[in-house]
Amino acid sequence: MSVLVYTENWDGKFKKLSYELVSYASAVAGMIGGSVTALSIGNVQQDELSKLGAYGATSVLNVDGAPEGLDNQVYTSIIAAAMEKTGAKVLVMAQNNTGKAIAPRLSVRLKAGLAAGVTALPESANPLVVLKKVFSGKAFAKVKILSDSAVLTLAQNSFEIAETGGSASVESFDPGVDVAGAKTTIKDVQKQEGKLLLSDAEVVISGGRGMKSSDNWGPIEELAEVLEAATACSRPVSDEGWRPHEEHTGQTGKIIAPNLYFAFGISGAIQHLAGVSSSKCIVAVNTDKDAPIFEAADYGIVGDALKVLPELITEIKAARAQ
Amino acid sequence: MHIIVCISNVPDTTTKVKFSSENTSFDDSGVQWIINPWDELALTRAMELKEDTSNAVSNVTVVTVGPAGAEPTLRKALAIGADDAIRVDSETGDAHFVAAQLASVIKNGEFDVILCGIESSDYNGSAVGGMVSEMLDIPSVSAISGLRIDNGEVLITRDIDGGREEVSVPAPFVGVVQKGIAKEPRIAAMRGIMMARKKPLQVVPVVEAEKLTTYQEYVMPEPKAPCKMIEADNVKELVNLLQNEAKVL
Ligand SMILES: Cc1cc2nc3c(=O)[nH]c(=O)nc-3n(C[C@H](O)[C@H](O)[C@H](O)COP(=O)(O)OP(=O)(O)OC[C@H]3O[C@@H](n4cnc5c(N)ncnc54)[C@H](O)[C@@H]3O)c2cc1C
Ligand SMILES: Nc1ncnc2c1ncn2[C@@H]1O[C@H](COP(=O)(O)O)[C@@H](O)[C@H]1O
Repeated sequence: MSVLVYTENWDGKFKKLSYELVSYASAVAGMIGGSVTALSIGNVQQDELSKLGAYGATSVLNVDGAPEGLDNQVYTSIIAAAMEKTGAKVLVMAQNNTGKAIAPRLSVRLKAGLAAGVTALPESANPLVVLKKVFSGKAFAKVKILSDSAVLTLAQNSFEIAETGGSASVESFDPGVDVAGAKTTIKDVQKQEGKLLLSDAEVVISGGRGMKSSDNWGPIEELAEVLEAATACSRPVSDEGWRPHEEHTGQTGKIIAPNLYFAFGISGAIQHLAGVSSSKCIVAVNTDKDAPIFEAADYGIVGDALKVLPELITEIKAARAQ
Repeated sequence: MHIIVCISNVPDTTTKVKFSSENTSFDDSGVQWIINPWDELALTRAMELKEDTSNAVSNVTVVTVGPAGAEPTLRKALAIGADDAIRVDSETGDAHFVAAQLASVIKNGEFDVILCGIESSDYNGSAVGGMVSEMLDIPSVSAISGLRIDNGEVLITRDIDGGREEVSVPAPFVGVVQKGIAKEPRIAAMRGIMMARKKPLQVVPVVEAEKLTTYQEYVMPEPKAPCKMIEADNVKELVNLLQNEAKVL
């Protein structure tokens, strides 16, 4: 029995998420027995590929050619071919856009039960039982896999990276898949270069309707700059067009789990909390002492966000200068 | 062009979640059932597309896999504007089982665009849409925040890390939609509610399908420690706590 982990790359680079996945895969392999193979698709340099070894992968399969953009069918075929080659019984992927797009297809292709958004190591190896979030984080469920093989997508930031100090052999792998046969055609790509992604940020500064107007976002952006943080918002804020819709967190927006989440002028509606309640530490600033956000927060200030923000920036700068 | 929207019948998103029989099943007493929020947005977009006659959308069908108790939710979808509805008569099972039911319904019809939501708000499976496409061996596009038809060609906006792409895909395909696909979910008007009563709602039996997973038990999250309140004129103390107590700065 072995584990295959699909490690996506971003312009040829891995990131924290990739190492979380390999660490998780190697812990799962420790439970069910066997080794971890990582699969990489697209152009990634040799030294970047071998980094995966430090987190427990013993080998890396490298598929050089990939279609431009994600074609769900082509990627499914490549990953299925790697599962066949390695004889792996468990496939680990990220619960991100890519994972959500192809893990269900792989579940059908491989006849492997899918548990999406897994948050911890399996409770048991045989049968495989894993914990995942349900009801947008209001509860957890133990999912039992009834099939021989399994596809697990790991919720971001839910597993600590563990360096094993090992090393991985890198092998180039030809999955025998017709990359040119991609059915989806990319017509146009718009990317915001150089901006820290909300899903990657350790610290997130978020504003709600209590910020009153889009003109008041200056201090939020300044605090984000000081803390190397990403900016976010509640849904009404993006609906009003005060902020771009990519920034909206919550049940219908992005689900994030940073180390630190600041909520300025956000009431803390259950649908908002669904996207942020997994943050390690939540700080809330709200004029209403009874706002539900204070039930979810770790630290709170009852006060005007527009006054607290500049003071906070000053105090953080002062503390940093020491 | 014929669109089918897969509708998941879910508890209202403000439902207080409780479990019964030793935490092995969801306690649905007193629960209000609604159209899964993403499915509601998908349906709204489908109606918008149909209303613009240049798109040549002839029909919008809605389908759910669920017991008779799910019918009011389907009627609501008809009231919003869907032309007809199909219910696969079954308790909902695991995602693989549900997807197989949907795939069977879709295979028996002539659908060009199959829309699903990114997840059901109850079990957060993020599974059914992709599974249906694989079972039917047709393309799928996920994370869709925009969909339009241009001279018969379907053009999709999908979110990618740090941006978005415009993608074209041949029909039939499965589109897995998320926020942005429509601005606000459409609310049924009185006239729509009246008309919905007379629209066709077909009930079909289940087909044989395998279950690959089962929910064994539910666990409530640990109650969290109460929030530590800091005076508004003592922001310095907040910074101190974040640095030295929470160690997150
Ligand atoms: C199906 C569904 C899905 C949804 N999904 C999401 C989602 O994904 N994300 C999301 O965010 N919402 C979502 N919502 C909306 C959600 O229910 C709330 O309406 C929304 O989160 C409220 O946003 P808010 O806190 O910014 O605004 P409000 O609820 O208006 O709260 C503003 C807060 O600011 C405080 N305030 C006012 N002035 C100040 C000041 N000067 N300084 C400090 N505080 C101040 C007020 O006391 C208040 O608590 C969803 C709703 C539904 C029905
Ligand atoms: N029982 C069901 N009947 C019809 N469609 C469903 C059902 N369950 C899920 N879906 C569709 O699949 C999407 C993803 O659901 P899930 O995989 O359950 O998170 C939903 O948004 C619906 O479009």
